[in-house]
Amino acid sequence: MSGTWMTTRAWLLMLPLLVIMVAVIGWPLVDTVRLSFTDAQLVGTAGNYVGFDNYTKMLTSSNFTRTLTTTTWFAVISVAAEMVLGVLAALLLNQEFRGRAVLRGLMILPWALPTVVNATLWRLIYNPEYGALNAALTQLHIIDDYRSWLGEPGTALAALIVADCWKNFPLVALIALAALQAVPRDITAAALVDGAGPFNRFRFVILPYLAGPLMVALVLRTIEAFKVFDIIWVMTRGGPANSTRSLSILVYQEAFSFQRAGSGASLALIVTLLVTVLAVAYATLVKKTAGSAA
Amino acid sequence: MLKSIGKTLLGAVFVGGLLVPHAFAETTLNALFMAQAAYSEADVRSMTEAFAKANPDIKVNLEFVPYEGLHDKTVLAQGSGGGYDVVLFDVIWPAEYATNKVLVDVSSKITDDMKKGVLPGAWTTVQYDGKYYGMPWILDTKYLFYNKEILEKAGIKAPPKTWEELGQQAKIIQDKGLLKTPIAWSWSQAEAAICDYTTLVSAYGGDFLKEGKPDFQNGGGLSALKYMVDSYKSGLTNPNSKEFLEEDVRKVFENGDAAFALNWTYMYNMANDPKDSKVAGKVGVVPAPGVAGTSEVSAVNGSMGLGVTAVSKHQDEAWKYIEFMTSQATQNQYAKLSLPIWASSYDDPAVTKGQEELIAAAKLGLAAMYPRPTTPKYQQLSTALQQAIQESLLGQATPEDALKTAAENSGL
Repeated sequence: MSGTWMTTRAWLLMLPLLVIMVAVIGWPLVDTVRLSFTDAQLVGTAGNYVGFDNYTKMLTSSNFTRTLTTTTWFAVISVAAEMVLGVLAALLLNQEFRGRAVLRGLMILPWALPTVVNATLWRLIYNPEYGALNAALTQLHIIDDYRSWLGEPGTALAALIVADCWKNFPLVALIALAALQAVPRDITAAALVDGAGPFNRFRFVILPYLAGPLMVALVLRTIEAFKVFDIIWVMTRGGPANSTRSLSILVYQEAFSFQRAGSGASLALIVTLLVTVLAVAYATLVKKTAGSAA
Repeated sequence: MLKSIGKTLLGAVFVGGLLVPHAFAETTLNALFMAQAAYSEADVRSMTEAFAKANPDIKVNLEFVPYEGLHDKTVLAQGSGGGYDVVLFDVIWPAEYATNKVLVDVSSKITDDMKKGVLPGAWTTVQYDGKYYGMPWILDTKYLFYNKEILEKAGIKAPPKTWEELGQQAKIIQDKGLLKTPIAWSWSQAEAAICDYTTLVSAYGGDFLKEGKPDFQNGGGLSALKYMVDSYKSGLTNPNSKEFLEEDVRKVFENGDAAFALNWTYMYNMANDPKDSKVAGKVGVVPAPGVAGTSEVSAVNGSMGLGVTAVSKHQDEAWKYIEFMTSQATQNQYAKLSLPIWASSYDDPAVTKGQEELIAAAKLGLAAMYPRPTTPKYQQLSTALQQAIQESLLGQATPEDALKTAAENSGL
């Protein structure tokens, strides 16, 4: 069979998929780019061409810089905590003990919950009048009085990060646990015989096996965390005083609440660009790690 | 014999013929409501069932969303071209909905009987630019609820007539150790905070807009926010108010943890229900207070209407459904969580029985209802004001500066 026929056939077989991809991803993307250069409203006027007005307005607004900072804090801290917690949980669940299978199953639960359910759950836990967290902390004499966790700018973002971590660390743990299964027993045993301590065994024997898969988890989680919307929307709607407003919430308000489809589109594209930069940076890193491991 | 069989058969065919169109010529309407305050979901469902019984050829699918999602859901459904035939809308949206052609103009369908029978204040809920964009359905304002038992223990004879007096009474209750923080509000970063603020703006005789430009940063608008901040900082207001929505206020009040609370009509009968409430039988209600020399009482127009969407393919059936839902008979039957729009209902014993106190407060409150600004850019204005309120409460900005910034960011 000739090479060209193979190529042609491959393209033919992929054609339906390509058509669908162009229709559901390509066209909306192109249309969003077009919208971002207009002053279109969501309902009603189609809008006029306004050049880069939307972009300059968005990038120079104090709302944007503030929201970018909030989102970055949220992403960096929650992803870092999820990675550490995830790896620790995986190491623990990799040990042999009774009830391990049950515990492994239970760990998936938070991740399997829909985010909205998770958010509602945590809102109840943080409730300032009858929440479980307040009850627990006062009974342990850690705080004297019930507090408004989601009502104070100092604690609201931290409270959201905890809720997000609780939901998402199992994903990291799951990936890490799978990678741990691949670590050959004889190597860890040899390290033990050579007198390596627990930290050194982890650092020099186990971590190299984990690096690749963890990088994937890191990429996935960072992109997700950067786009965060639902958990914040349900728990604080961006409050108090906009201290927990994420980029996605800003896009939503601009495009849907205020119905400015044009500037909403420009903001959405800015966010997409930021996430793409992150993704490319990670992809390069992953390639490098893979290269050095080989 | 044969003849009678023939007649029976004929009769059967005739009856069958009558039944067939009912089974097949069905119109399905999609209606969007809210699951929050006013009529409960159960009430709306049984009203709709009654409508379906009377109109077997029309089927109504109901969808309920929280108030916070009502506006965006309506607009998004419109933007995507499909969606709802009948939508519930808040008094603040007709300007935007009319400008963007979300709702159809139903002026021609409003009969003289309707115009005569419905309370004049209710019509402002559905009007924009002299046209009608639906029927008012929920006639609502925020009242001052108080816990009779706590006031009695504090030796307070009558509930406050002015906002200043409210502070004084709360102080007495606090000093006597009856409650740590006697007043509960819904000051979360949401429309709920704007409703409380508007009530105070009306008390202080302020204006949201003057000739289309923001004016809330001056005079009564500024005094209103200052009152909120003072009440918060003095410790008389429950500090958690800044993350409360109406339902949180209700729970705090029903638990006996608030002596005073500002909330909608629906709280009256809910807080008086011993099944859920610890304060049943001790619930007092009066119109929100006024300001000496400026106002007797204060009130926000928190009414809502039902409208037909421009994308509906069954506009006549949709209007029929709205007529049924807003009819005096339906409203009188379900007058426990939301009061009727019809003037004569307020003298009907079937409506007033068991809630005389609420009706008395409603007569004063509904007459004083103050509107939030009518502008197609309402959402942006409201978002800017919500931020101003929260920043002032948290001490991040002075009320003066916060309102000035809000005026700049209001888009007007």
